[in-house]
Amino acid sequence: MTATVTRDTPAGRTRPVRRRPVSGYRLQERRAGWLFVAPAVIVLVVFLFAPIVMAAWVSLLDWNGQSSPFSGEAEFVGLSNYQSLLADAGLLRGDFMLSVRNTLYYVLFNVTGVVVLSFVLALAVNSYVLRGRSFFRTVFYFPAITSSVAISVLFLFLFQGSGVVNVVLSWVGIDGPTWFTDPRGVLHIVLGWAGVDAAPGALADTTVGGLSLWNWLSGPSVAMCALIALTIWASSGTFMLFFLVGLQDIPVELEEAAAIDGASAWQRFRHLTLLLMRRSIVLVITLALISSWQVFDQVFILSQGAPAKTTLTPAYISYVRSFGDGQFGVGAAVAFVLFAIIIVLTLVQRWVGRERRA
Amino acid sequence: MRHFPRTPLAVATAVATATLLAACGSGFDDSDDGGSGEPSEASGGDTGEPASLTVMIGSSGEAETVAVQEATARWADETGNEVEVIPAQDLVQQLQQGFAGGNPPDLFYVSPDRFRMFAEGGSLYPYGDQIEDAEDIYQSLRDAFTYEDELYCAPKDGGVHALVIDTEAWAAAGLTEADYPQDWDQLASVAQTLTADGRVGLAFTGDYNPVGSFMLAGGGFFVNDDQTEVTADTPENLATLEYLEQNMDAGSFAFAPNIDAAWGGEALGSGKSAMTIEGAWIVGALQNDFPDRQWTAVPMPAGPGGQASTAFTNCWGIAADSENQAAAVDLVNFLIAPEEQQAFAEAFGPIPSRAGLADWNAETFPEKAAFAEGMETARSQVAVPGFESVLADFNTQLEGMAAGTVTPEQALQALQTNGEAVLTQE
Repeated sequence: MTATVTRDTPAGRTRPVRRRPVSGYRLQERRAGWLFVAPAVIVLVVFLFAPIVMAAWVSLLDWNGQSSPFSGEAEFVGLSNYQSLLADAGLLRGDFMLSVRNTLYYVLFNVTGVVVLSFVLALAVNSYVLRGRSFFRTVFYFPAITSSVAISVLFLFLFQGSGVVNVVLSWVGIDGPTWFTDPRGVLHIVLGWAGVDAAPGALADTTVGGLSLWNWLSGPSVAMCALIALTIWASSGTFMLFFLVGLQDIPVELEEAAAIDGASAWQRFRHLTLLLMRRSIVLVITLALISSWQVFDQVFILSQGAPAKTTLTPAYISYVRSFGDGQFGVGAAVAFVLFAIIIVLTLVQRWVGRERRA
Repeated sequence: MRHFPRTPLAVATAVATATLLAACGSGFDDSDDGGSGEPSEASGGDTGEPASLTVMIGSSGEAETVAVQEATARWADETGNEVEVIPAQDLVQQLQQGFAGGNPPDLFYVSPDRFRMFAEGGSLYPYGDQIEDAEDIYQSLRDAFTYEDELYCAPKDGGVHALVIDTEAWAAAGLTEADYPQDWDQLASVAQTLTADGRVGLAFTGDYNPVGSFMLAGGGFFVNDDQTEVTADTPENLATLEYLEQNMDAGSFAFAPNIDAAWGGEALGSGKSAMTIEGAWIVGALQNDFPDRQWTAVPMPAGPGGQASTAFTNCWGIAADSENQAAAVDLVNFLIAPEEQQAFAEAFGPIPSRAGLADWNAETFPEKAAFAEGMETARSQVAVPGFESVLADFNTQLEGMAAGTVTPEQALQALQTNGEAVLTQE
């Protein structure tokens, strides 16, 4: 798993790897080792690596999903699925670029939101002043054990045009939008208030992947904001646990020592807790990043990409192209491009968040 | 522990690997013998051996599931075969898994928009020539399941769009039965009359189905008759979209989502609109969710191209890989026989696919008569594989049209371009 935080052990870095002739006893031991890991390795190979290789093969085919992809009935089309996804101007590339834009905003706001919220929750339930901590731990963790389908349906009702959210907003004089039908990006809405309704020439004319910069910079749509709120709420409980574990690893003596030295509560938090929590934070960001890019079920239940494709995500395109249009090759290609995006972004994120040594 | 006994180790590993491989690879091996479209030798109906059939349905609910179970049980009792009915959670996905794995259910629902994908893929066993009294089934429904001049499967029900009217709002606006709109001008004018504070005259789901019915009445459609060319960007379609746009701008037409209703039925039921356009499925939904709403359904008003609508249907598909094709055909003939279709209509409300039952339907269920009228001239949904994404994009264009960000010309041009891209790949 990319998610586990590893550190180079000093020994591993200083001792050069040397190949020595293996003695008979060692050989026996090595075989025993393989025997013991064999069940896990077999399961991994059969249910993880083999399907990945199969999917990679499918992404090179024009396969309708109605025969075996290995029987030779499906035509081999090389990289043309990837080409129509990334290079050729058309509906598929347009949809895919929109979905990447949507998901970029989704990831940005969701990861930020979930890290902040779950950290705050963890601090709260870890604090000594809070009464009934175990009760609150359970309450905050509750969304995580509820099915995402149930949560999605609940949010659908909350965010209806005449739903609870808008009723509450109306109490303070705000005329709430029809959340799941409003396709406008929030940045565009804000710019509209400032009098900028149409795209400035440079932004409208410059296109990246067939989508104008103006459209790239739309911000998440109102509907997407509701989705983001849903995910932040639903996943914060799980990540709270990660943070809680990290917080409980911090020795109380350190806090006390800092307090005796005269550090204020903020200083203790800023210079002690945050620094010691670095590994937890990096871990949570990594996990949240990966799961955000794969967002599917909420979209599938709540919006199916509507309104105006502003909640379209790569995972949903992969599904619709495969099962809706019978283009499983395209669907697999989308999945692999998504895989590549996740790998690259996770590496970048881990590089940024790496532990630097003085 | 110096010496590991090697032979048991090797055997254990081999067994474990083989078991795992067999578990996930079983489907791929048997698919080679299928796909030929020939009835298998071992068919239960021929040899007299009892066959065991699996029937997979995309059920609308408990009533439908029970009705199908009871009907298939009657057939099983008569013929001595066995039938298992599986209500699918996601029919298309589960069918695809069956096809890809080479072990699909014997009998299953097929919708027109998926039909051609399955037919082209060689997954369906064409049994059109074995359907009893096939001529009695509406031509438009048979057309929906005809591929390369061959009827593949028997339509199990049918229906068209109708104009559903809130009769209380209708009477309150001073309108009578004589005012039921016959053409688009009248439709626009009654919609205007019915529009009031918090209520639009006509609201319908803003997707390609009702808009497609309008296009048909306007003399156009998405594709030509044999679905080989995209005919989106035509003057007829443009006039249709402009008609809709004008009335939406006037505030008397609306897409249901824009007035905070999920679909046309909810718009009408909740009183947010006085009229809507839906198929026969609205009957049950209104009875369940809005039992107090008084309504009636009349045929779609005629446009410049005459009276027309999209036809909605499903057929009983038989898998090309099925080992019990003869028995399955026998079961289908049993299920689409007039008596059984009547039983289905009474149990959960589908409109029979047989023209011979039209009068019976109109007498027994007068409220549903409009959903069966004009079935002869209706057009089936677009069946071109890959058109789902194209039409989904058209839905987005329609949303834009309702919001005023997309012109009708742009919407049709996008549809034309995207549709042509799919058809040239065919």
